[in-house]
Amino acid sequence: MINRECGIFKTTYQADMALYTVPLARITVAGFLAFFALILPFILDVKHLVWANLVGINLVAALGLNLLVGFAGQISVGHAAFMAVGGYTAAIMTSRADMPFWVGLVGGGVFAAFYGLLVGLPSVRVKGFYLAIATLAAQFITEWTVNHVRWIGGKGFQASIIVPPAKLGGLVLDTEREKYFLILAIAIVATVALLNIARTRLGRAFVAIRDRDIAAEIMGVDIVRYKLLAFMISSFYAGVAGALWVYYLGNANIESFRIVESINFLAMVIIGGLGSVLGTIFGAAFVTILPLALEDILQNFKGVIPVSDIHSFVAHLRFAVFGGLIMLFLMVEPEGLNRLWRNIKDYFRVWPFPY
Amino acid sequence: MDFFLTLLVKGLTLGCIYALVALGFVLIYKATSVINFAVGEMMMLAATIAAVMVISYGLPLGGSIAVTLVIMALFGILLERVVLRPMIGRPVIGMIMATLGLGIFLRGVVNITWGVETKAIDLLLPRQPLSVGSVSVAPLDLAGVGITLFLVALFSYFFQRMRQGIAVRAVSDDQQAAMAMGIRLPTVFALMWMIAGLTSVAGGLVWGAKIGVDQYLSLLGLKVFPVVILGGLDSIAGAIIGGLVVGATENLTAGYFDPHVGGGLKDFVPFVLMMAVLVVRPYGLFGREIIERV
Repeated sequence: MINRECGIFKTTYQADMALYTVPLARITVAGFLAFFALILPFILDVKHLVWANLVGINLVAALGLNLLVGFAGQISVGHAAFMAVGGYTAAIMTSRADMPFWVGLVGGGVFAAFYGLLVGLPSVRVKGFYLAIATLAAQFITEWTVNHVRWIGGKGFQASIIVPPAKLGGLVLDTEREKYFLILAIAIVATVALLNIARTRLGRAFVAIRDRDIAAEIMGVDIVRYKLLAFMISSFYAGVAGALWVYYLGNANIESFRIVESINFLAMVIIGGLGSVLGTIFGAAFVTILPLALEDILQNFKGVIPVSDIHSFVAHLRFAVFGGLIMLFLMVEPEGLNRLWRNIKDYFRVWPFPY
Repeated sequence: MDFFLTLLVKGLTLGCIYALVALGFVLIYKATSVINFAVGEMMMLAATIAAVMVISYGLPLGGSIAVTLVIMALFGILLERVVLRPMIGRPVIGMIMATLGLGIFLRGVVNITWGVETKAIDLLLPRQPLSVGSVSVAPLDLAGVGITLFLVALFSYFFQRMRQGIAVRAVSDDQQAAMAMGIRLPTVFALMWMIAGLTSVAGGLVWGAKIGVDQYLSLLGLKVFPVVILGGLDSIAGAIIGGLVVGATENLTAGYFDPHVGGGLKDFVPFVLMMAVLVVRPYGLFGREIIERV
């Protein structure tokens, strides 16, 4: 991650694919874990803990989307719909069937995975633009169904269900800090799982399909199976993220799962870097925190800038900035923040020597 | 029967105006193979400029339309030059995401620059609906149908008879062969984006006058996809037929079934229809059939 890879020469494929690329990485990773688990939650105030929690939830969803778009090369404009499925499943399971929250969490993921399988079915027949359109349709169909089927959305305003807070044993996770630990744990599991998917047979099959589907098929990759698997795993991530979101917020509401959110997730993986786990982390953090921080900063200049309602101004500014950044990154640096980071690292690889 | 006829006629006129938006999409796809997810936002931009010219700068309607046409033509050319030309040769997925990004960029910029409140465009048409028997049509809808048919005729002539139009068809057929024949690709691309900008003015004016100019106008861009999938991505006739089918279907189902399910079928049925088409006949009714193993 941040270690200098100077003087490290890999002589086997195993070494090249290892989770820790350099021996020092074990220590750095342990250091990061300790920082996120032991230091960060205790130095942040509540407001910034909220930011961290949002980043964590978005990261889980964005990892799923990056698996689908970045690794398997199947575009999806309906990621928020899978989140909605997971979120509502979890909400219904805990609020009406009185199941423990972790059952809802896994149940939401599993149900979303099967929903993803269903939505992914067109990918067997169509690709590229047609697939994007099919997922777009899935987004709208899901939104409508959640909104209009009484059994799902209930009779509440905007199809919202009140969800009891997550309970772990006897402990009720209802403060920001307690939720932080839950989200952190799941985000770590999700990240490590994706890292491992990427370096196994499964991940290589995805990349082969992305790079050239016909060549992949000739090499023996069962395209139908792996495309659908990509959809399922990606939706599982989305479903878990949706369930997390629902428990975090305390209610399930369709407004959190609109198409705008789907585009937001696309922004995360594009800005972060398609096909890169580290990039997804950068992207999720950047896209989540930027509007919040912008609003914070602008609030301080309340009288100076000629804007009456800073909250809605930032909402629009967010669109303009992310839209511009998506275009800019696609034009200038299609590999995203991850590539920029690698460039910096490469510069320092043999520093201070020129080569 | 009267109810059915009213719904059908309303749906067909609506479909015609959907086709107006779809035209801008089809033109771009036909010529440059770019999938324009920002077609709704371009329309919103055009409508907003037209409305602002009248409201804030006090221009008469004609002057405002003229200014908007110029601005949108320039916008189209600029867009091609700045955003889309660097993307040539990239995978389809990148192109889709770039236009998605353009879409939300435009939405943000328009909202920041001209505010979110709904602005009105008055096309100075009579408000009294025209009635034939039990069926009545608003003059605005009729004007929309007229503009659509006019543009379809114009584009058909352009593509079949005019030198530049034939060049565009050649480019869409095979870019390298077209270049070898001496067709300048950058000129063709710039021309098509300019035309797309101009078309978005027509769509923006009619839809803006119909439902008001605000960010919800851009959502119409998403309605384009059922229309073009049904009609075929690169077929102008397909755009209009697809529009008619989608308009009639959504209006009829909404008219008959909305009361039973609590509304909103208008945004639901076209996409279900589209999914069915995607599974059975992805290249649409009139689209060019490209056989590709997936």
